[in-house]
Amino acid sequence: MEQRYSNLLDEALGLDQTIEPWPLRGRIVAIEDQVETSGSFVLHHLLKRALSPNSSNVSIFIAFSQSFSHYDRVLRKLGCNLVTQRDNKRFFFLNMLKLQCPGGDGGITPEGGLIALYGKIHETISVLPEISRKNVTIIIDDLSLMEVAANGSSDYVLNFLHYCRTLTSEFDCSLVTLNHEDIYASADRPTFLLQMEYLADILIKAEPLATGLATDVHGQLTVMNKGINYGQDSSRNKISNFHFKVKENIVECFYPGSRG
Amino acid sequence: MAESICRVLRDGALEGEHAPALTIKDSIASPFGFHVFSHVLSQLSSFLFAGKSQSRGLVIVSFSRSPSFYLELLKSKGIDVVSSDKRIQILDCYSDPLGWKDRLIEAGSFTALSHESSVSSTAIVFKNVKYMDKLYNSIIELGRGLVGGGRNRFSVAIDSVDEMLRHASISSVASLLSNLRSHDQVSSVFWLLHSDLHEDRVTSVLEYLSSMVASLEPLHEPANGQRGDLEKFSLIEHNAKKGKFHARFKRRNGRVRLMSEEVRIEQSGINFTSLSSEGAVNQGLAPKVQFNLQLSEKELIDRANVVLPFEHQGNGKPIQIYDGRRSLVDSKQERPVAVTEKVQTNEDSGRGEIIYFRDSDDEMPDSDEDPDDDLDI
Repeated sequence: MEQRYSNLLDEALGLDQTIEPWPLRGRIVAIEDQVETSGSFVLHHLLKRALSPNSSNVSIFIAFSQSFSHYDRVLRKLGCNLVTQRDNKRFFFLNMLKLQCPGGDGGITPEGGLIALYGKIHETISVLPEISRKNVTIIIDDLSLMEVAANGSSDYVLNFLHYCRTLTSEFDCSLVTLNHEDIYASADRPTFLLQMEYLADILIKAEPLATGLATDVHGQLTVMNKGINYGQDSSRNKISNFHFKVKENIVECFYPGSRG
Repeated sequence: MAESICRVLRDGALEGEHAPALTIKDSIASPFGFHVFSHVLSQLSSFLFAGKSQSRGLVIVSFSRSPSFYLELLKSKGIDVVSSDKRIQILDCYSDPLGWKDRLIEAGSFTALSHESSVSSTAIVFKNVKYMDKLYNSIIELGRGLVGGGRNRFSVAIDSVDEMLRHASISSVASLLSNLRSHDQVSSVFWLLHSDLHEDRVTSVLEYLSSMVASLEPLHEPANGQRGDLEKFSLIEHNAKKGKFHARFKRRNGRVRLMSEEVRIEQSGINFTSLSSEGAVNQGLAPKVQFNLQLSEKELIDRANVVLPFEHQGNGKPIQIYDGRRSLVDSKQERPVAVTEKVQTNEDSGRGEIIYFRDSDDEMPDSDEDPDDDLDI
């Protein structure tokens, strides 16, 4: 049963065929969610797939929103032990909960803090053995809190993301970010959100149903997989849309109307 | 039409005029600007390598893609930048635009990994994107390095003005672009812009600076107001692979020519076709149902021919208006007459009509009488 349900999301991301080499290599995945429908389960799902035993993927998790024990509990329910993975040097957890960049004299400037973070990620990747250096997933949870840590300056965050992006072309790693769509709703030009959408190769939107809340459907996912890799396989351009229900240790994905 | 844009860029600047400049702009609803940019770039490079263009060299200012991406792109079009004699140079504003890597190396917490040699021979890393005058000098220097001094000209391609605008003010960006197109060794300039990231005035400023604007719009604009999930999704799906492509040419005398095409993103790249008619577009968007929502040609003509019962017919005959009262009194005598009259009008060839028979006399005809006046309230 588990296989069937998670397959829709995996299919949309191209994870259903092969996991080695990692299909999200060199790509940027942007997840956008809303207050009513948290998209963090997509993040957990991707983390679980990246750390699955038959791949050599290494994940670097930059956590602004939750502590390690939180992710450990969630992932344990999904059948993945983060503590073991951390000891095996396949999971690197960068706790950013305390990152504050107050600026001013003496303290760390927002830019300085983000440069240091970038340096840390780069360092982590470059000391990896050659084989796993090609399969790194950088996960950021989440961008809005990063913006808060950078004193509300989205420009610094965009600069940081640009440098993360250079990592995707330098090392072929993948970058997964989570952001909240509705906190930009009042701005007449949600520049930061749009920038992210332009950058993303895969955009995943978690939205509530237009018809309102329902007990057996928690929301819908729209996955836009833009393949603009010239020369290589550019056939990946596809869009999928399906409903999901988040359960205790599994997420069910199904097409609208296919379940009573 | 995309071809005519490329031709103008190929032919370059006239003596005593500014170089032709092209703005490619898109928005998130139809984000194919980069496809168009790559198309123009590869067309121009193949003209350059065939020796057909005015320019002898091309400087790519790369903000949003890595230099190796461009090398791959041109290689897939059959242009080998590395092995050929120097025609293309990349000013790499992508790898380290703000000099962070240098700062980390200074702090001793960074080990730079060696780059591929093929990239470093054609790309120069620029680490100070905040300073537009330095950027300008580097572009001109690179261009001169390609074509030498004298009267040889080169082209400049900037892959994202958005990144420039993020680091510098609009006035300094505008002055850089303006200086580029008026430089007497520049043959043509083109750049890419995501218009929805900026205020409208920024877009206008850049459009004023350019002699051609290529803009991309979604084929189907979302209707205002709340829509269902399914409709919204089908709209996104429709706009994901196709878009409207408008090209605006400004002539020297101020005349403006506007042309439209449809773009399609396909496996092999981008395709331009003439815009399909509006009707087909509508038909494509209508939901697939078992019954027919559209009328055929014949049905449309038939409908137009129907004379509505109260329409003034104006063909000289007395106008018969059924007032509802008369038939109640002498319906038995009137009805056959009415029918024969209808049959007569039917002789006018091809005209439709509406024949109305009352079902029965039980049905109360319309009248001025108040049907409730016998009520005792």
